[in-house]
Amino acid sequence: MSMLLDIRDLVVYRAGRPVLEIKRLSIEKGRVLAVAGPNGSGKTTLLLVLARILKPAGGKIQFDGQALENIPDLKYRRLIGLVMQDSLLLNCSVFDNVATGLRFRHIPKIEVTRRVGDWLERLGISHLRQRPASQLSGGEARRVALARAFALQPDLLLLDEPFSALDRSSRHKLQEDLKKILAGANITTIFSTHSETDVQKLADLKIELDGGKLEV
Amino acid sequence: MIFNNPDVWEITLLSIKVSGLATLISLLIGLPLGTILALSKFPGRSVLLTFVNTGMALPPVVVGLAVAMALWRSGPLGGLHLIYTPTAIVIAQVIISAPVVTGLSAAALQALDPRLRLQLLGLGASRLQMVFSIWREARLPLLAALMAGFGAVISEVGASMMVGGNIRHQTRVLTTAIVLETNIGDFARAIALGVLLLLITFLINFALTWIQQKGAKR
Repeated sequence: MSMLLDIRDLVVYRAGRPVLEIKRLSIEKGRVLAVAGPNGSGKTTLLLVLARILKPAGGKIQFDGQALENIPDLKYRRLIGLVMQDSLLLNCSVFDNVATGLRFRHIPKIEVTRRVGDWLERLGISHLRQRPASQLSGGEARRVALARAFALQPDLLLLDEPFSALDRSSRHKLQEDLKKILAGANITTIFSTHSETDVQKLADLKIELDGGKLEV
Repeated sequence: MIFNNPDVWEITLLSIKVSGLATLISLLIGLPLGTILALSKFPGRSVLLTFVNTGMALPPVVVGLAVAMALWRSGPLGGLHLIYTPTAIVIAQVIISAPVVTGLSAAALQALDPRLRLQLLGLGASRLQMVFSIWREARLPLLAALMAGFGAVISEVGASMMVGGNIRHQTRVLTTAIVLETNIGDFARAIALGVLLLLITFLINFALTWIQQKGAKR
């Protein structure tokens, strides 16, 4: 399998102090990597750096054999999908939420309708298609946020604590569905988590961050 | 009847045109400026925000004085011959309304979850697409900012009087006409014009509120 991401000597500073230091981290295409660690360990920071929303102070990141700094910001961000910890849905219908990223990419309407329909179906939320996002439960909102990212067919999917703040039953169902989807979709995925169960159910690999440093 | 008087319709139309145009210009200035103030960090941002917030309480008569001095024949912009024209009233009203639209727009956008911007970028939004998306998210308070901006200028009298001069068939608007009718003791006419002004303000705000609440039901 070829390498999608290769990180060397990554350092991220916030307010003048290092919050993330990773000597070396690689992930092959199609793999699912869990980033574990306590609160404040740098999990979200790593995902934001990989989403190219935060700029590192130093280090090199290779994406699909290319130095990340040689890929324009917008072009790169359209190769990835990011789901942040809270679902952060827009104040519109479920359909329009899932279509958001596709519309940013100016994808033809007929293709948008097809992809949105497909991912609503795969995440078991087709019946919510026209419902305003403000009327969704936490679990439903999380599924919409995931559908919104999967619909982009990203080369790299970044999920920040995808199961946080869900009740046990919703969490379990979503874990099962996500496991099936990730197994079938062959999308390289990096997700952050506190939970060992999430790691065991979904991940091929795991890294542990502690105080912003990668424990190998 | 006052409504049969063509002068009244002329004054009403001029009031709507002048205040409508001033509000539109204020929106074109205030929305981008409010967005920059809400989303960016740069040296002097707090000072600029303080100026904008102070500007929200500018007394119209003081604005009128400053604009009149600038546009007066011997003033720095005297060569433009704008004093006592509807354009002069629009300029003064923009100075009154723009800080209101800017300040309230900035507050509306700052009230959104800051992580929403990151999420939009993470979905592949360009900077412009991100800004349009957050304007859409904040459409209800942004419409309130627009209503407040319009309300500030349709109801002001001091600036319109000072820079417009209340000249019949040229710069007379509803508020300055009300002052004139009161000064000459025609209270019935002044009250009728006042009711007309209230009615116009009500109808425009009713339309904007309808749009706003239609958006809220989504």
